[in-house]
Amino acid sequence: MQSSLSISVSPHTSLTVQRSNRNALEPLAFAPPSKPLNLRFCGLTREALGFSSLRRNSDSFRFRLSSSARVRRADKFFVSASLSDNGSPPKTFDYDLLIVGAGVGGHGAALHAVEKGLKTAIVEGDVVGGTCVNRGCVPSKALLAVSGRMRELQNDHHLRALGLQVSAAGYDRQGVADHANNLASKIRNNLTNSMKALGVDILTGFGTILGPQKVKVGSDKVVTAKDIIIATGSVPFVPKGIEVDGKTVITSDHALKLESVPDWIAIVGSGYIGLEFSDVYTALGSEVTFIEALDQLMPGFDPEIGKLAQRVLINPRKIDYHTGVFATKITPAKDGKPVTIELIDAKTKEPKDTLEVDAALIATGRAPFTHGLGLENINVATQRGFVPVDERMRVMDSNGNLVPHLYCIGDANGKMMLAHAASAQGISVVEQVTGRDHVLNHLSIPAACFTHPEISMVGLTEPQAREKAEKEGFEISIAKTSFKANTKALAENEGEGLAKLIYRPDNGEILGVHIFGLHAADLIHEASNAIALGTRIQDIKLAVHAHPTLSEVLDELFKSAKVKAHVSGPVSEPIAV
Amino acid sequence: MASSSSFLSRPPLSKASISFSSSLSSGSLPQLFLPSSSSYSPFPSNNSARRILTVRSKIREIFMPALSSTMTEGKIVSWVKSEGDRLSKGESVVVVESDKADMDVETFYDGILAAIVVPEGESAPVGAPIGLLAETEEEIAEARAKAASKSPPSTPKAVTPSPPPPISSPAPAIAQPPPSPAKPVSDGPMKIVATPFAKKLAKQHKVDIDSVVGTGPFGRITPADVEAAAGITPSKSIGTNAGSKIAEPVPSKPASPVTTPPPIPGSTVVPFTTMQAAVSKNMVDSLSVPTFRVGYPVTTDALDALYEKVKPKGVTMTALLAKAAAMALVQHPVVNATCKEGKSFAYNSRINIAVAVAIDGGLITPVLQDADKLDLYLLSEKWKELLKKTRAKQLQPNEYNSGTFTLSNLGMFGVDRFDAILPPGQGAIMAVGASKPTVVADADGFFSVKSKMLVNVTADHRIVYGADLAAFLRTFAKIVENPESLTL
Repeated sequence: MQSSLSISVSPHTSLTVQRSNRNALEPLAFAPPSKPLNLRFCGLTREALGFSSLRRNSDSFRFRLSSSARVRRADKFFVSASLSDNGSPPKTFDYDLLIVGAGVGGHGAALHAVEKGLKTAIVEGDVVGGTCVNRGCVPSKALLAVSGRMRELQNDHHLRALGLQVSAAGYDRQGVADHANNLASKIRNNLTNSMKALGVDILTGFGTILGPQKVKVGSDKVVTAKDIIIATGSVPFVPKGIEVDGKTVITSDHALKLESVPDWIAIVGSGYIGLEFSDVYTALGSEVTFIEALDQLMPGFDPEIGKLAQRVLINPRKIDYHTGVFATKITPAKDGKPVTIELIDAKTKEPKDTLEVDAALIATGRAPFTHGLGLENINVATQRGFVPVDERMRVMDSNGNLVPHLYCIGDANGKMMLAHAASAQGISVVEQVTGRDHVLNHLSIPAACFTHPEISMVGLTEPQAREKAEKEGFEISIAKTSFKANTKALAENEGEGLAKLIYRPDNGEILGVHIFGLHAADLIHEASNAIALGTRIQDIKLAVHAHPTLSEVLDELFKSAKVKAHVSGPVSEPIAV
Repeated sequence: MASSSSFLSRPPLSKASISFSSSLSSGSLPQLFLPSSSSYSPFPSNNSARRILTVRSKIREIFMPALSSTMTEGKIVSWVKSEGDRLSKGESVVVVESDKADMDVETFYDGILAAIVVPEGESAPVGAPIGLLAETEEEIAEARAKAASKSPPSTPKAVTPSPPPPISSPAPAIAQPPPSPAKPVSDGPMKIVATPFAKKLAKQHKVDIDSVVGTGPFGRITPADVEAAAGITPSKSIGTNAGSKIAEPVPSKPASPVTTPPPIPGSTVVPFTTMQAAVSKNMVDSLSVPTFRVGYPVTTDALDALYEKVKPKGVTMTALLAKAAAMALVQHPVVNATCKEGKSFAYNSRINIAVAVAIDGGLITPVLQDADKLDLYLLSEKWKELLKKTRAKQLQPNEYNSGTFTLSNLGMFGVDRFDAILPPGQGAIMAVGASKPTVVADADGFFSVKSKMLVNVTADHRIVYGADLAAFLRTFAKIVENPESLTL
């Protein structure tokens, strides 16, 4: 910690520093230690922020006290000092931590860094909030909230079963679009304010790495920091041959603005982005055609969950699909012609079909946004655009050596392209630079797809678990429970759903949990916390759940698992087989 | 995978059953081995007899089972047994995926799985052979030969009845040059473009999509085109007629044989509006109810006199008639009853008089609820309000579908008598003709001229009998002829 004593020493930035110092002191003086605005967005979970939160809060309180004392001293003694910068790693730094990219990952890291007493700045070349808040999870949740309600109101059968009568439901496209937009700006403001309130400097401009511990912001400003986190995120990936015009051939960026609701839209890619949009579009009256390169829809989900999801989310809806095909050429609608999509067989590469639709949404995944980051200045070569990192998010150069003081989190490293994963990685990095070694267990990070009903998962899928079990020589077992047996789900008339547990019967370790059903995204956290904390089934099955709640689905799930070990001690050790 | 997928076929944990379970007659697992037609044995269930009488070997076909009421074809998820495996009754043989779930399917007979006709991952229509079961090893070879003749496995298409000749009604409302409409498809070969839902509907209603003429943008086939070709009303119908339940369109009978005559050149085809579709559906549904009609002449001089008196107070003839009918119904509750599924009477606790109203392009029946309890003036006010809402198309469902008895009056057009169709869900409907001066002879043989109108009631004969209706009409006539009680 002591080594992180730092303050700007170059005269032209000292003003900024003083301002930010004052800001940093305020919450200290007037707010309780738990003050750091723990905003929740994008499923950014407290789990990541708060294992042992009480103890750490008091620690950080102490840290901050000492750091503020240091700062005052620094003001007194070093304010007029200056350093002639000659290209080598600076000896003193403008900041303890500089984060390039103010998305959810950067924000999570910044908040935690402040809590740990680091003087922190965040660089943003676009808008605060990044993809998640502006063009991703947040506005899409607004659209999905609308689609969920539309679906309910349109489902005569369902309503009648509840004894409700509703005359025809309709929607106003602009109103829906405004809701999404308003939500995004609200969350964006919350994010900005939370960082400002904590004294994080927001530096506007694109960040470029000039050399070790040195970043150029915008065209001329150079900032130094002891540690740097790259958190530049990603942009929609558009395969070659696809011409995006933003009107009829669009990416999620455009789709979230909901400028039109086409009668028939092709969605290229049936991952969670495509799936969520199919939910929105079909609820608003569009027909959807999925184009999937793999042989099965919804790759990446547990096959059994995927199959059930297909039965509920695809087959009964106005959706058809082409699997095992690539869209090689997509031409936007023009001159009175519709959007045309040329398909080839994914294996034989032979032309297979040409589709004519009203619009096409490219949801083929996301590409890291690392171009122009100046990585060549520090001899780092990206791999398909991703910044190579080790399990501690430390950046590796082209020789495989670690680049000191440089970290990369979130979509830019490609480990797990989820907002809350980025944030968790950021927190892990801050833990490390403040002297506590930490390795994030990615298998404990949940993921969710917000269709109606929702899909959520944590840990391994069944095939992955079987492969691991084969390799490491242990048994796995599967337990399943149905939402049909859950009182609350039945009260809502939403009994469709399945929860699946993959575990080791020998020691009760949870390997994976997959849920498809009402509020699955909210239900998964009991399982993800159990994995993160190493809780075994034989222990968690004794936990009590309120009745009647959906959480009893998981309660049943844990109770139906058959574990050979009876009760584990407080620290459960894997039993060698 | 079989073990995991079989989960879904377990009996549901609660009573909220998966829909397939209700469609099965017995057993928790479907049993699908039906004696095949190739069996010559006259006693298929009696082994010893069979041995004696067997002329040819006995090879049973394994059929694709119907796992749910809506299942038309199934996909083989996996064969639990492989060719050559010996099976005993009750064992799981194959996992079949329907539109609803994966299910283990067990055998009904002992035997040897001789041949798999439909391999894993492929689909077959319900009832198509998917495998062959031999009784003894000697029969395996024969079964295999048979299987070979069966493969390639019949695709669902092969089973659907041959598509109707493409005379499908051209939908565009614009006058068209003779049958073959030039499809405005973009350049290139004639390509059928159908939207996802159109394809789904075509499959569901067994419409050959190639025979449908697309009227959508770029000549594509839309769901409406398929529905038109299948001869069904659009699925999104909002109920408009009295008391009717809004049901999903009846899973239409295979549409093919409805050979509509080729349209006369220059004719226009206008698809139903939702209201028209709902009326159409209700009218067709009414055919399932056995009805009869009873007419009755009613003298209206007193009523006309009363009407002149109360007219300035805003009372309408409709309100008078509704009130009179409601008061008569109080005394004859059976006429206000509903027949429940042909099994029981449901006596309605309220008397809600639905009144048929013609509106632009349709027919709707706003309901005067509790017409027996409200006084004439309130009733008239209520009626005006309903008419206003009808014009503004703002009627709430319970304001047009809660009727227990319907009144239809064509008297103002000079119609002297007519016959109404009983709306589904009601016991009776009253058709009122015009009141006309008529020469009548009284009991003493004196002639006089009285205003008479003919009232004709159509009723559901399952619950309302002739005498009931006659008694009801007599009461009604008495009330109309002595209308003072209406104003009480």
